[in-house]
Amino acid sequence: MNPAIDAPTIEYGTLAPLLVVFGAAIIGVLVEAFAPRYLRKSVHVPLTLLSLAGAFALVLVQVLRGQVPTAPSAMGAVAVDGPSLFIWGVILVLSFVCVLLINDEGHFVASAAAVPGSADEEEAEAADSGSGHTEVYPLVLFAVGGMLLFPAAHDLLMMFVALEVMSLPLYLLCGLARRRRLLSQEASMKYFLLGAFSSAFFLYGTAMIYGYAGTVSLPGINQALSAGSGLEPLLMIGFALLGVGLLFKIGAAPFQAWKPDVYQGAPTPITALMASGTLIAAVGAVLRVFWVGLGNLDWNWRPVIWVVAALTMIVGSVLAITQTEIKRMLAYSSIAHAGFLLVGVMATFGTAQQNAVSLKAILFYLAVYGFTTVGAFAIVTLVRDPGGEAGHLSRWAGLGKRAPLLAGTFAFFLLAFAGIPLTSGFFGKYAVFAAALDSGTQAGDPIGGWMAGLVVVGVIASAVAAFFYVRVIVLMFFSEPAADGPAIAVPSMGTVAVIAVSLLVTVGVGLYPESVLGIANDAARSLFIR
Amino acid sequence: MSPWLPILMAVPVVGAIVVALLPKGSDKLAKQVTLLVSLAVLVLTGVMAAGFDPKGDRFQFTAAYDWIPSFGVKFGVGVDGVALVLIALSAVLVPIVVLASWHDADGVRTADGTLITPKRSVKTYFSLLLVLETMMIGVFAATDIFLFYVFFEAMLIPMYFMIGSYGGAQRSYAAVKFLLYSLFGGLLMLVAVIGLYFVAGKSTFMFPQLVGAIQDPTTQKWLFGGFFIAFAIKAPLWPVHTWLPDAAAQAPAGAAVLLVGVLDKVGTFGMLRFCLELFPDAAKAFTMPIVVLAVISIIYGAIVAIGQTDMKRLIAYTSISHFGFIVLGVFAMSSTASSGAALYMVNHGFATGALFLAAGFLIARRGSPFIGDYGGVQSVAPVLAGFFLVAGLAGLSLPGLSSFVSEFMVMIGTYQSEAHGSGALTAAAVISALAVILAAVYILWMVQRTINGPTAEPVKAFKDLNAREIWVLAPLVALIIGFGFFPKPLLDVINPSVHQTLTNVKVPVSTIAEKGTGQ
Repeated sequence: MNPAIDAPTIEYGTLAPLLVVFGAAIIGVLVEAFAPRYLRKSVHVPLTLLSLAGAFALVLVQVLRGQVPTAPSAMGAVAVDGPSLFIWGVILVLSFVCVLLINDEGHFVASAAAVPGSADEEEAEAADSGSGHTEVYPLVLFAVGGMLLFPAAHDLLMMFVALEVMSLPLYLLCGLARRRRLLSQEASMKYFLLGAFSSAFFLYGTAMIYGYAGTVSLPGINQALSAGSGLEPLLMIGFALLGVGLLFKIGAAPFQAWKPDVYQGAPTPITALMASGTLIAAVGAVLRVFWVGLGNLDWNWRPVIWVVAALTMIVGSVLAITQTEIKRMLAYSSIAHAGFLLVGVMATFGTAQQNAVSLKAILFYLAVYGFTTVGAFAIVTLVRDPGGEAGHLSRWAGLGKRAPLLAGTFAFFLLAFAGIPLTSGFFGKYAVFAAALDSGTQAGDPIGGWMAGLVVVGVIASAVAAFFYVRVIVLMFFSEPAADGPAIAVPSMGTVAVIAVSLLVTVGVGLYPESVLGIANDAARSLFIR
Repeated sequence: MSPWLPILMAVPVVGAIVVALLPKGSDKLAKQVTLLVSLAVLVLTGVMAAGFDPKGDRFQFTAAYDWIPSFGVKFGVGVDGVALVLIALSAVLVPIVVLASWHDADGVRTADGTLITPKRSVKTYFSLLLVLETMMIGVFAATDIFLFYVFFEAMLIPMYFMIGSYGGAQRSYAAVKFLLYSLFGGLLMLVAVIGLYFVAGKSTFMFPQLVGAIQDPTTQKWLFGGFFIAFAIKAPLWPVHTWLPDAAAQAPAGAAVLLVGVLDKVGTFGMLRFCLELFPDAAKAFTMPIVVLAVISIIYGAIVAIGQTDMKRLIAYTSISHFGFIVLGVFAMSSTASSGAALYMVNHGFATGALFLAAGFLIARRGSPFIGDYGGVQSVAPVLAGFFLVAGLAGLSLPGLSSFVSEFMVMIGTYQSEAHGSGALTAAAVISALAVILAAVYILWMVQRTINGPTAEPVKAFKDLNAREIWVLAPLVALIIGFGFFPKPLLDVINPSVHQTLTNVKVPVSTIAEKGTGQ
């Protein structure tokens, strides 16, 4: 007689935001299967938006009731703690905003499988009458669900599942751009192949660490680390492989090569979603793995992350200078920002209070960077040539004269990326640099002095980065417009709302950062569940 | 808690928003509103300054509000004597610049009708100007070092757009160079600011609490370096000066006045207040290298100025020479020299402002900044020529004009300084005195080639100054002559705060600064 298997306890209330998003995604699939074509979009849009808003409301309810759990949920598989809830809230708002962009019009191809330029494609276009692929909506919901689960996963297997749930829909979505099909398909293919590789690395690393610790649960690994065992090589290999998988997702050097190609080829609203949501989720996961799982190994991984962070900042900002395509430039800028975030990840030496300071800094940075990024990509969707978006930078010349409001807003976003005071970006950068120097001054840190060095590298990278942001401003405002310049699409209500929200956050936080800092502070105070 | 400074900072920015929101086609109204707002700021500054008690507390009109408690940042403002006179300088210059720039964005035509700059957005120009005024007041008023940094960096942006959108042919190159140089220096300072916060461990950025907080000499040196490089780029000091001639030559004349007259003063002001008082040991340790750089700037700027063919570049190089004097005075470690340096910051603003504006009026008539394109202006536009001459003479520090007093104080103070043995600084003073001769060469030669001599053909079409242009130059010339004969009101305000600074650096305060006011 087998012993009875206990039913697992699931904290439905705590996990409700996740369940709502995944539930809506599954309903979306059913809609796609059973609803008539002409109805689909009008069902999908409210369903997607409502589920995201509902999930956000559920997050708010948990926060406002002050019942942030202190123990992991779902039998130790998911940790819904302060940082998780903060990241969830930010991802949900940003993906809501991105869905407004996705919903805009004509970004997506009618039939992804058709050969570009073939009769099949024309036929599909004709049949589709402009409504595009409606399966975009459930795919986005699955990706968002994955993004929510990824930073909250409390064991490595759950994290792997989340990684795949997040990534697979994104691979598909990247290939759906309506214009410049080949570029889009190339992006999709590259992202898929490289992403699959990195997932394999992650999984292999998980296996190695399981071999060392005998568990995949993050706190379990940490305990095994402090206990020690004779299997250090396994641990080292596992930690390295795990690191490759995670750093790939945030696009840290030397695993950054996919970012420019994918950001350029993907439909811009999807790029916005990846540049904000995926980055936030991945940084959250990096934090959780390194702080919770490998917290006792910090003498080993901090020097490695030091090098990666420095390299990422330098590679991102230097290579961005040579870019001539606006989306590629923003991709390199995103790489540089991933480097700045890693500076914050480094800043973990010292007391729990000190850790809360750097965690707060990173959470704040993620939130404000996400909004600025989405706003910037939303503006990119509006500047169009007959063949699609006007990607080449030379096409942006003189935009300040043709569309002063649009160009002014974009310039403001660029200044925020560059970290000029009185924008949100400045305070984000300040927060991580300050956290890094703070941790560097903690007594007994063997690499404390190196933290100041990393901050100096960061500062120099910021100065270099400022150059290419400013170059775009020069083009827009100080150059004469080309005679056959790009058309400025009349923005839909959704796009206007996206840009307005992003601008509001960038300006508002720039003038009064305490608004978001306070929330980040509350979220970070409890640290991750260990 | 005094509301004066926050009000002073709020008025221009509110004005800027109003100007920006005016309906299309109300260019004239935009100019009038800007002028009115800047005059209101001037009046408010005057009333506030009248209430300043030189014998009272060091920082007056203080106010501090919580801004970012998570970072320990306060919106802390307050002025000492030096800050007050620099705020007053800004408040005087802005309305003058508004008047001077009246037609700059309209599309400038030369006397013979050729368009030299196309029509650009008037509202944007004047609202940028007002935003800049808020930031100029804020940067001098900030007693919270973080707030100072925020204004220090943020004020680059309006100036960047003023140069880049409204400047001459090379404007975008000049604007980018200006921005990147300043930004780079600023970022180094940011690291030092953060470092100061953590090393001091006082959980505040308020300047009065941080004075004397850093004791370790090595730490002092590193942090001093971060601040000093930023200020040296801003001031600018040789060898990081190369952005200034480009920026000043390409900027519209009004913006160039604010750039050289006020923005660059933030550098020397920062050296005097932050580098000396926060890191006294480091400041003393680095005195000699900095004095050497200052002397090089003085001589180098003067010599290169002689060789310039472009009037605005020439004036920019003279400013590099003058900034060398100011830096020399700040680091001479004697109260006469330091008071002289602080006074020089104000006087240089008036003198160089007048020179830039007079040159700007010449350029607007001829459409060329090159000295060789002029000649004999005196015979067709005597009033313009006269103002140009007086402004030029102020630039070469003629006795009786305001810059003489300050230059003399810097040199005599440096000469007498006991720091580093009496010899080293005496030598510096002697070498820098050569610049007085060089100044005569660069100014008088320029004056000779432009306003004297046979009248060049295109110059014959010149009209003399109109009423607006006289209103621009007359107040400046009046101030130059007034403070040349009677600098006491300025010195009375400046001296106590300079003495306070030097006391914090532990330099004995006993010199002719008090006696010297009788000039």
